[in-house]
Amino acid sequence: MINRSLKQLSQALAAREISSLELTTLFLDRIDRLNPTLNAFVTVDREKSLKMASAADARIAAGTAGPLTGIPIAQKDIFCAEGWTTTCGSKMLANFVSPYDATVIQKMHAEAGLVSLGKTNMDEFAMGSSNETSFFGPVRNPWDTSRVPGGSSGGSAAAVAARLAPAATGTDTGGSIRQPAALCNLTGLKPTYGVVSRYGMIAFASSLDQGGPMAASAEDCALLLNTMVGFDERDSTSLDRPVEDYARDLDKPLNGLRIGLPKEFFGEGCDAEVMAAVRAAIAEYEKLGATTVEVSLPNSHLSVPAYYVIAPAEASSNLSRFDGVRYGFRAEDYANLDDMYMKSRAQGFGAEVKRRIMIGAYVLSHGYYDAYYLQAQRIRRLIADDFVEAFKHCDVIMGPTSPTTAFKLGEKAADPVQMYLSDIYTIAVNLAGLPGMSVPCGFVGGLPVGLQLIGNYFAEAQLLNVAHRYQQATDWHQRRAAIE
Amino acid sequence: MNQWEVVIGIETHAQLATVSKIFSGASTAFGAEPNTQACAVDLALPGVLPVLNKKAVDCAIRFGLAIGAEVAKKSVFARKNYFYPDLPKGYQISQMDLPVVVGGQILLQVGQGDKAYEKVVRLTRAHLEEDAGKSLHEDFHGKSGIDLNRAGTPLLEIVSEPDMRSSDEAVAYAKALHALVQWIGICDGNMQEGSFRCDANVSVRPRGQAEFGTRREIKNLNSFRFLKEAIDFEVQWQINEIDEGRKIQQATVLFDPDTGETRMMRSKEDAHDYRYFPDPDLLPLVISSDWIARVQSELPELPGQMRERFISEFGLSNYDATTLTANSEIAAFFQLTVGIAGKQNAKPCANWVMVDLAGRLNKDGKEIAESPVSAAQLAGLILRIADNTISNNIAKKVFEALWNGEGATADEIIDKQGLKQITDSGAIESLVDEVLAANPANVAEFRAGKEKAFNALVGQVMKAAKGKANPQQVNDLLKKKLAG
Repeated sequence: MINRSLKQLSQALAAREISSLELTTLFLDRIDRLNPTLNAFVTVDREKSLKMASAADARIAAGTAGPLTGIPIAQKDIFCAEGWTTTCGSKMLANFVSPYDATVIQKMHAEAGLVSLGKTNMDEFAMGSSNETSFFGPVRNPWDTSRVPGGSSGGSAAAVAARLAPAATGTDTGGSIRQPAALCNLTGLKPTYGVVSRYGMIAFASSLDQGGPMAASAEDCALLLNTMVGFDERDSTSLDRPVEDYARDLDKPLNGLRIGLPKEFFGEGCDAEVMAAVRAAIAEYEKLGATTVEVSLPNSHLSVPAYYVIAPAEASSNLSRFDGVRYGFRAEDYANLDDMYMKSRAQGFGAEVKRRIMIGAYVLSHGYYDAYYLQAQRIRRLIADDFVEAFKHCDVIMGPTSPTTAFKLGEKAADPVQMYLSDIYTIAVNLAGLPGMSVPCGFVGGLPVGLQLIGNYFAEAQLLNVAHRYQQATDWHQRRAAIE
Repeated sequence: MNQWEVVIGIETHAQLATVSKIFSGASTAFGAEPNTQACAVDLALPGVLPVLNKKAVDCAIRFGLAIGAEVAKKSVFARKNYFYPDLPKGYQISQMDLPVVVGGQILLQVGQGDKAYEKVVRLTRAHLEEDAGKSLHEDFHGKSGIDLNRAGTPLLEIVSEPDMRSSDEAVAYAKALHALVQWIGICDGNMQEGSFRCDANVSVRPRGQAEFGTRREIKNLNSFRFLKEAIDFEVQWQINEIDEGRKIQQATVLFDPDTGETRMMRSKEDAHDYRYFPDPDLLPLVISSDWIARVQSELPELPGQMRERFISEFGLSNYDATTLTANSEIAAFFQLTVGIAGKQNAKPCANWVMVDLAGRLNKDGKEIAESPVSAAQLAGLILRIADNTISNNIAKKVFEALWNGEGATADEIIDKQGLKQITDSGAIESLVDEVLAANPANVAEFRAGKEKAFNALVGQVMKAAKGKANPQQVNDLLKKKLAG
């Protein structure tokens, strides 16, 4: 049961082969058993989950169930959920119980009838690529527990990879869904900016953040994405578009699909064996009827520097609300107001968060704004234009998700720049606001490799189709980490 | 003092009369229990997002149209970053580079009567922003309380050019602006509750010098009297400083109404670096021509338009028309009065409203809205003057009687108190004869060339008539008799 797809679980629930209560209990027990090793969850609340499962069973019995009603999933601890401790991986919010539901949570709970198993560990305020910046300790990769699961949605990735949950939510600001998906052999999708509401999703970099699904297959991602999307009047950057079924095109043949291969993604900087796996996947696509064309993203080498101006700038302001005044952590002893601010923030935030706040405050400060922030915004525009040009010649862009497989815990923790380069292939997608996916495409030394798919704006259904057809022809995504 | 020229520019924060806040759905009503009108967005809980209240934009457009400004097709909300306990997000959402209203001007009348002159003050811009909450420093056992009811209340910050050259001009500008925002219904103008507050930028320069002197900004003046007192003190202080050989340093100062002095709050060196940048949570504010046209169609007749109409329709002088359109209450009162008394009586209506009524209101410290004499009562009185039922002098008595509630109408008072004018020439003639017979000395003086004696004789006749004789007839008859 734990290895079943969302569709199979849905059928099992509909056929009364199993109840949501039983299914939820099955996963909760597995979490109890394996989480001490993996540290994938920071909060589990059996009582709450079982209550939701009972309610789902009632809906199933009443015939008012939706396609995923009663299926348990894991929620990244960046989504506020009413009554749940919502920490964002930080000491700053270690005691924060959200009084409200994020729009995504509300849609999943109230509308879809999904059951939340708990909140998953993550890099503090989603700042990290290894899940080592979490106040609650690192998450371990189920494929090799001496290695990182990637980040920042590392807890969600590890949870699904170890089958502690059939699927999970993640968020992606510079690669935080796709990179951990690649490192944990999952399928993950970052939608077009504005497709998934950001209301209640604790902001890291508002113009880049986007929530999305992480699961074992493209089909599972499509079904989960269907429950997450939709216009939200509480999010001014949410897009008012017709509702679509992201699973509708899954089976479409790929004949005539034009795959763009950016020469910048196939040059130096990527592990050779990872690159070989990616090339093999592209060859598989050619067998499925696709053609390839070389394209260019000439400004992609500027994406990491531009990102590390824009994201910290927004973060430095977004994180100002964590001041110890109204909620969250406050230092115990302080002399006056300024001292309270300084001590609370010095003690409440970890090193990486403080580093980014300082970078952000610097690039926004008087005299530096034009040289850094405005310049980065110009580069951002150029990067987006590169994609517009590339998509004149192709339908989907492919390349590696991450330049390496999962690295060892601690390996890059001391070198922020090396860590930042883990996201070298994923960041441009966020800067452009495009949808991107990572799909399992092989193994190097027993560690998973991810193939990145980048689509044009609102091409989620097409990306899922392209991923699904590949998964019909290959079995990489069906391989499971041997953790018990 | 005379060799110095004063230069004043004013920034005004007008609280917009919307039902809910500028970026949340919470109520803006004044005076509720602390923190009962602060929702999740106002409290800046993790994950919440701002959504622009379009009614606040309507107000800004109204204002722009009323001052003949450009309403920007595209304006941008920016974050002004600083830490303060009553600023929950750690930044204020305001507008910086691209404000919603650009340019425009206001026509003022400075001074009264013969000394009055007109002045045009140009406006630089007006922009939308949110108010902060309030810190309460009393009654918390050494701690400060925070009330966030006001946090997120919409403000229009209106910035003038440094066009004012005296505290009288500054007060005239503030009053004209105060009247205008109420006239067009965008602000309740309640200065005690902080709905309308001014910051004055004050500098002095030697007369004839083209460059401005260094300015100091006096913050948060919430009455016209304080505005005048603060500027007068500040101007004298700056002149003294310069006279004593010191340079004025740019600074922000506070006015203490108890001492009548300004004192330094912070110098330019302590000025915050607010690290403004466009708020990524809000899209640029795009205002279509349809939106502007809709607001235009809802605008009432503006003071300037009404003034022109009073001149052309009623033949009033420029001064009268300007005074009568100084605020919407006066204008409404005058219009009601003239509506009943008739166009042909417009000039006496204007005089009665501007001089007699205004003087009487002033004496009792009342606003025109609280006038015990209604427009209809005043019009009734003016009609009796016009048809010679009473003289102007008697009319003042009737007015006082109306003020004191001695009758419901002028007619009733005239009737009850027997104030009807004597126009029977026979009756007046016999009074004149009696007076001439009883005052031979005056008669002799008059004949000897003393004009004053004539007035004494008129006075005697009027006294004998208990003031009710038609003064013109008395004059004519006396002249005739004395000449004969």
